[in-house]
Amino acid sequence: MTDRFEPLIIGFTCNWCSYRAADLAGTSRLKYPPNIRLIRLMCSGRLDPTFVLKALSSGADGVLITGCHPGECHYIEQNYKALRRYLLLRRTLAQMGIEPERVKLVWASAAEGARLAEEIIKMVEEIRALGPLNWPAADGGRGTGDGKYPASVIHPPSEEEVTA
Amino acid sequence: MTERNEQERIGVYVCHCGTNIAGTVDVEDVAQWAAGRLKHRGVVVARDYKFMCSSLGQEMIEKDIQELGLTRVVVAACSPHLHEQTFRTACQRAGLNPYLCELVSIREQCSWVHTDRLAATAKAKAIVSGGVERVLYHEPLEPLRVPIHPATLVVGGGIAGIQAALEIADSGFPVYLVEREPSIGGHMAQFDKTFPTLDCAACILTPKMVSVGSHPNITLLTWSEVTKVDGYVGNFTVTVRKKARYVNTELCTGCGVCQEKCPKKIVDEVFEAGLGYRKAIYTPFPQAVPKWPVIDRENCTYFQKGTCKACEKFCPTGAIDFNQEDEFITLEVGNIILATGYDLFDPRRIPQFGYGRLANVFTSLEFERMSNSAGPTGGRIVLRDGVTEPKSVGIIHCVGSRDRNYNNYCSNICCMQSLKFAHLVKERTGATVYNFYIDIRAGFKDYDEFYQRVLEEGILLIRGRVAEVTDAVRLAGEEGKLIIQVEDTLIGQQRRIPVDMVILSCGLEPRRDAKEVAKLFGISCSANGWFIERHPKLDPVATMTEGIFIAGACQGPKDIPASVAQGAAAAARVLGRIQQREIAMEPIRASINADKCSGCRICNNLCPFNAITFHEDRMVSEINPALCQGCGTCVAACPAGAIRGTAFSNEQVLAQIEGLLLLNVDGGRAETVVPEAVAT
Repeated sequence: MTDRFEPLIIGFTCNWCSYRAADLAGTSRLKYPPNIRLIRLMCSGRLDPTFVLKALSSGADGVLITGCHPGECHYIEQNYKALRRYLLLRRTLAQMGIEPERVKLVWASAAEGARLAEEIIKMVEEIRALGPLNWPAADGGRGTGDGKYPASVIHPPSEEEVTA
Repeated sequence: MTERNEQERIGVYVCHCGTNIAGTVDVEDVAQWAAGRLKHRGVVVARDYKFMCSSLGQEMIEKDIQELGLTRVVVAACSPHLHEQTFRTACQRAGLNPYLCELVSIREQCSWVHTDRLAATAKAKAIVSGGVERVLYHEPLEPLRVPIHPATLVVGGGIAGIQAALEIADSGFPVYLVEREPSIGGHMAQFDKTFPTLDCAACILTPKMVSVGSHPNITLLTWSEVTKVDGYVGNFTVTVRKKARYVNTELCTGCGVCQEKCPKKIVDEVFEAGLGYRKAIYTPFPQAVPKWPVIDRENCTYFQKGTCKACEKFCPTGAIDFNQEDEFITLEVGNIILATGYDLFDPRRIPQFGYGRLANVFTSLEFERMSNSAGPTGGRIVLRDGVTEPKSVGIIHCVGSRDRNYNNYCSNICCMQSLKFAHLVKERTGATVYNFYIDIRAGFKDYDEFYQRVLEEGILLIRGRVAEVTDAVRLAGEEGKLIIQVEDTLIGQQRRIPVDMVILSCGLEPRRDAKEVAKLFGISCSANGWFIERHPKLDPVATMTEGIFIAGACQGPKDIPASVAQGAAAAARVLGRIQQREIAMEPIRASINADKCSGCRICNNLCPFNAITFHEDRMVSEINPALCQGCGTCVAACPAGAIRGTAFSNEQVLAQIEGLLLLNVDGGRAETVVPEAVAT
């Protein structure tokens, strides 16, 4: 094991295109680094920006959002809504002191296993270059990147906790 | 971690998939780890097994549900698109609601794409952890039952669409067959002989066309195109544009007098592939179904210049109607079969083959028309001058196929087609025939026998990709000839072969508008542009969109037997649905909690299916579950958190994020010692 920084990336995929692209990358035995962990949504339009913030605050160094190419959305046009949110989210991230490059939007159709794999490879290197995310959160900015603190220590309290 | 329900008892099942997963991921370690590290999350049992999807694997899960009282199941195996249903059904058999099962992929997204065993094992653990956290928030659900409308729409009247329509109609259910050309028949109607039996295409196709035309259960809509598709499986509403024929089909008897009398002759680029003529009022060929002609507005003298009306004058039944307009009709159907076929590769894109520049270079479709006894030359094989028989013919295989510059795929039919051409040329002209091939692919029933037969007829086969077809003479004997420059890879030499005629065996390509059609019906295209099937081996005629099926060459290059088989297969799938009368659909839907809804209406405009209505009286929005498709965009947008997305709720996704990142919080890789306090 080298001392090289191994970033952790959460990837959100669309059930109809990019999740299938990930499956295709698998069946084609393409290789990409194990730094990414995927979550399946029905559509990139389902991506609540909270999910991205939650991932970053729980220890992810980057978030990859993937969806169908513009004009090819299974739900007609919801990927455009994902695009809108993504652009706003990047602005918000910058205001929070987080490099907006940590969050990336990539279109990948069900046929583009190779493209998805390439994008993952590229993103792992980009995030590696950025280094661990030090989330300037309630704990005074110690962050989770160093691996010392379980997510429960620093992630914001849930809605139930607040109301209780 | 979010508080969990103390009563949940989770079983974790890690699949080896032979060596597919176990080869890269230490599956025993993953199972042991889950049993220990995730015990405090409710995992009461974690097992690994060679093939979880086998009956023994499923029985193991069922036994645990019953004996250990499991309330949640996580299976770590292949993609949910492959076996989610398998494991859900297993849970159901054991009395557990199927939606309390979560299948996480450690094969397609882990073992198959990674090589480092330690890292892949650590990732598999994270994926399992994500699944465990997510499954805690699963709810018992019931599938939505949707009635299936018994009518079916078939798009495309080639042989695949014809077969599908007849199968369904013969079973007693209504079919709408939409074809954009004036007649059904497709490419097959253009051919003369069909390989490997050499029976005449018209002899086997036209009886089927007639059956379609006269079938009481088939509504034939030719010269028509689908413009809009609404709804979902079982309940599609389809808008079809019936282009104006300018012929009243109620009155027309199909006598053909109008075509005789029409003074305007036009080169027929579609049916005759540019080799023959048709009139401005025409049926593409004499056996066309339906028999009614159409007026080609662009070329009609009356429409262009305002005078003529010869057809109207001579029509014995007064069927010509110059005032006809396009008509839009709405169809209610339960299922849709797309059989939209293919386009021929345009050989002008390979300029060195000279098509369009050298007169005696023909495309395969031109040759099909030429060899057809009902075609423009009456079946005589002649040069472009229309009279001279060729003494030598070169047939070039793989034009636009298996070529990185154009299409990298094999077009499947060209070898057999080229051998058929060779046979026909030999039989009818006695010319010397050279076939230039890369490989001969004659892999189906009786195909290789046909290849052997053609070899015995004295056809000369030269293995090598043709570099150029030229009329530039270099050697004696080449004068007035087309010279084929080729490397004969069997003897390792460059050769120049002078011939009179060259036939380019063009590959098949997706329809030019395949992408738009795919979008219209909500399905997708592969990188090459063919429609994508649900599964390349196990579900070849279904698509990812429920209720939409594909058949024939629109799914990939295919010959006639394969297209017919797919047409029948798609029909069988549709008939199965119709006979069920209803279909169970994934209960992935959004719903609004009226107590939390502030009536801001942000969600209203986000829904592309118009599933959200706003109640002015109560100032809240409501989702119609019959229209909701479950994309979840409104769930993500609701500022009040009032919209809940079943099966993909905020709680489920947020928990999965936490679970996936658990290992990172622990310190990273698999060999890290799990802290005592947490492990016990």
